[in-house]
Amino acid sequence: MRKPEFVYVTYIETTPEKLWNALTNSEFTRRYWFNTEVKSDWKVGSPLALVMDGKVTDTGEILEAEPPRRLSYSFKHEVDDAMRNEGPTKVVFTLESYDNLVRLTVTHEGFAEGSRLLGGISKGWPAILSGLKSLLETGKMLSIPPVALGIEGFE
Amino acid sequence: MNIANFKPAIVYAIYIASTPEKVWEALTAAEFSRKYFFGNAVEVDLKVGGAYIVRTPDGALHISGEVMECDPPRKLTITFNVNWPELIEKLGPTLVTYEIEPAGDAVKLTLIQSHDRPLSDDILSGGRQGWPAILSNLKSVLETGNPLVIKMAPPERMLAALKEMGIKTP
Repeated sequence: MRKPEFVYVTYIETTPEKLWNALTNSEFTRRYWFNTEVKSDWKVGSPLALVMDGKVTDTGEILEAEPPRRLSYSFKHEVDDAMRNEGPTKVVFTLESYDNLVRLTVTHEGFAEGSRLLGGISKGWPAILSGLKSLLETGKMLSIPPVALGIEGFE
Repeated sequence: MNIANFKPAIVYAIYIASTPEKVWEALTAAEFSRKYFFGNAVEVDLKVGGAYIVRTPDGALHISGEVMECDPPRKLTITFNVNWPELIEKLGPTLVTYEIEPAGDAVKLTLIQSHDRPLSDDILSGGRQGWPAILSNLKSVLETGNPLVIKMAPPERMLAALKEMGIKTP
């Protein structure tokens, strides 16, 4: 049986370069990723930290970085005790051009059976990626209150 | 047909800067669906038992079904059967549920495609390929007014799997 994973595909009217920048630059991520800064130099082997409201929420290491087509990093949650003990997972972003669109595929994999983190990220990614699409296509932030995601502990 | 026998096979959530009423309208009116649903026109008689029809741009019948649950602007459940001979006999009906919830100033739209029997990943690959394109496009139409031009190849894996089951696809 295939290990549990989360896959999300979205089509955004933008360029791969702009989308890559939006994924890796805190000036952008603060506006669609629930006020999260992404701290890394994005070189393979370098560390990564996601910092929300000044607190480190997740850490990882850059596994692949081929701008503007493919980005991958390990992902370990650092706040919720149960989720922190689950061990690192892996996120892969692929950016494919379709004329004036980019098809962004996000795969988050490596979860154990019964993972609680999988439940949390399955609710988080659609909100984050919807906000990213709105920001790139309209210039406006999508204001989703954290409580609307229904993630225990994230209000 | 008992919808309680149907289990989710594909779930896709998307948040849209719009209102539940506008999202409901976009899902149920041809003038919107033509913009985000590959040019197809949705016609639905919005009551339990009402007909749900999708026509291609040339007016041909593409998908047909029936309204199973209708709670505007929160929830719409329809049978959603592509008009290929023996599809329902061999795969069972396809159930599609749209759930629309307010999320602050935004709306959370959740699409759930359900079946009454397990289906292979090859069969489900069609929906997994199509729904993100349709719903990304719906979001763009509602937020920017402009549709995305998504050139999508036919879902070859799904078509090959259906052919192997003896279902005649165009």
